[in-house]
Amino acid sequence: MIRALRVLLCIFALTVGVLAQTTLNGAGASFPYPIYSKWFSEYHNQHSDVQINYQSVGSGAGIRQVQAGTVDFGATDGPMTDEQIAASKVRVLHVPTVLGAVVPAYNIPGVSGEVKFPPDVLAGIFLGKITNWSDATLAKANPDIKFPNQNITVVHRSDGSGTSYIFTDYLSKISSDWSNTTGKGTSVKWPVGVGGKGNEGVAGMIRSLPGSIGYVELIYALQNKINYGSVKNKSGAFVKASLESTTAAAQGVKMPPDFRVSITDPPGKNAYPIASFTWLLIPTNPADKKKAQMLKDLVQWCLTTGEAMVTSLSYAPLPKEVADKALDTLKQQVK
Amino acid sequence: MAHSPNPVNPSDPMEPAQKPVTTIPTLAQAATERKTVAFTSALDRIRKTRPRSSKIPDSVFRLLILLTAASVFAIVVFIVWELVDKSRLSLHQFGLGFFYGRDWDPVNDQYGALPFVYGTLVSSFLALLIAVPLSVGVAVYVTEMCPIRLRSIISFLVELLAAIPSVIYGLWAIFVLAPLLRDRVQPLLAKTLGWTGLFTGPMYGIGMLAAGIILAIMIVPIIASITREVLSAVPQNQREAVLALGATRWEMIRMGVLRNARIGIVGAIILGLGRALGETMAVTMVIGNRPEISKSLFAPAYTMASVIANEFSEATGDLYLSSLVQIGLALFLVTLIVNALARLLVWSITGGTAGRVRA
Repeated sequence: MIRALRVLLCIFALTVGVLAQTTLNGAGASFPYPIYSKWFSEYHNQHSDVQINYQSVGSGAGIRQVQAGTVDFGATDGPMTDEQIAASKVRVLHVPTVLGAVVPAYNIPGVSGEVKFPPDVLAGIFLGKITNWSDATLAKANPDIKFPNQNITVVHRSDGSGTSYIFTDYLSKISSDWSNTTGKGTSVKWPVGVGGKGNEGVAGMIRSLPGSIGYVELIYALQNKINYGSVKNKSGAFVKASLESTTAAAQGVKMPPDFRVSITDPPGKNAYPIASFTWLLIPTNPADKKKAQMLKDLVQWCLTTGEAMVTSLSYAPLPKEVADKALDTLKQQVK
Repeated sequence: MAHSPNPVNPSDPMEPAQKPVTTIPTLAQAATERKTVAFTSALDRIRKTRPRSSKIPDSVFRLLILLTAASVFAIVVFIVWELVDKSRLSLHQFGLGFFYGRDWDPVNDQYGALPFVYGTLVSSFLALLIAVPLSVGVAVYVTEMCPIRLRSIISFLVELLAAIPSVIYGLWAIFVLAPLLRDRVQPLLAKTLGWTGLFTGPMYGIGMLAAGIILAIMIVPIIASITREVLSAVPQNQREAVLALGATRWEMIRMGVLRNARIGIVGAIILGLGRALGETMAVTMVIGNRPEISKSLFAPAYTMASVIANEFSEATGDLYLSSLVQIGLALFLVTLIVNALARLLVWSITGGTAGRVRA
């Protein structure tokens, strides 16, 4: 059936003639969708012979579709696991594109300032061990804020998402309790709290539940002017998430050759600790060499010209050295 | 009993023409006779004018109709087969324990469906509990007591409720219903009915209660509009007969109308229940999405449709995906069982005979 369709498509393409444009199909993560769609439409404007379709179906579905070979490239917020790579017939290269950060947002009656969260306190809240805003550990980290005697309600994502992955990845690194009981993933078994659907669901619940705390993407918090707190990083400084502190998280991280690296809880002094790359998944040895070359040109363009437009959409750009390294690897590995 | 000698219609001993002249035929009998005569003459006309070859369209038509009927059967079989096939991995791993397992932990690949089955059933029955009296009340008012001008307005509004997309209901529930529940309704319920254990614990606003209420609002239009149709199908002379026996208006509605229409009403309720069981978007926005079984209606819960919608796109592991498909299978089975029970209920009401008024 599919073969017959392909033959039909080929005949159609031949009859239309050499003017026909090539379409690259991609699928995956929804977090970078706004910047990807801007990139791809901009690229199409400059290169009218290439049309790129990107479907934001979720990281999990993106990985599955690349493995099955139904798309030319995939995209994911969490790197593929060793098991997934072992099970996949298609060899892929992870190419980091932009950076995202996740911020703790809260609704504490009577508190309007920026709350400082030491890692153990953040983990304690999400583990259900710290249950009241008047807890001594919070007061100790925030001597100038007077917390009310109010129960804490934890709000988390109910849909599987890269945001949850980054947040639980961070909690797993800073708390052994968390990594032993809950672990990291796009969906986890949350010890406490209620689930909201999407960033907007979590933000809506935080807004309507006094005493609640949750996590949303930095972009979402910036665009919707949501108050969020700062988090203490590995070098002991309280850092509030911003585009600069997110990019700083990726600087000075030892980059493995396959780019599958978690940059939560990084060493840098100005680094915001709950940040992550998002990746394109590029098959290293595709059957269609012409398409492969087009895809390489596209990624080359995204990581050079494209990086200049990411801040306008509140994404943090890659550090220069990471982009250069990714492009080198792309040239060497994708044939 | 003597057989009628009439060769045209030997099986009808009540043929008025064969009766002794002394019996005066009733109006109804005369009408039947007129109809029969008209019918047979029409049939004759058709037989005479019709060419023989037109039997072929008849058989083609029969085949087509048979195919459409069979397609429903084929679709159901195909769905079940797909569900079982795609959930083979988790069926193999967990066996039937999947359906009563309480743990849902994607990180450690442990899956159990019970909290979702519980959430779906309880939220749906809560919705019925609220929606059935409300919608039957609306239907009775519209058909029996309402001024004609108001009637079309109310019917229009009820049908308008059915046309609102469920995501709108969900948003409304988050921003209006949940704060209202949290600040006003839940404290009151906790104070007055807290001893039942159904209304205890922290008051988030969102949770099982909010899901039940929003579902109730969504199924009221379905139940109300079908019930209205059923009630207006009850023959007028039933009402007149009950009133003539000296019944009050309430007794007339109870004995003359509702009693006659009960099967149609049960049918309407089943349709409403079907929507409640499968509703995804509005429920997932307010139920709190927590796979736990809690007696309190204030506590967050989770439904089968919601977990599939929430987790399918980001599910990576094979076992994880397979378990989500098996949740779909569980939803299918639950719907099947609930429908079968409802059918049994109808049978037990009617004692096996067909109802007088159907939807």
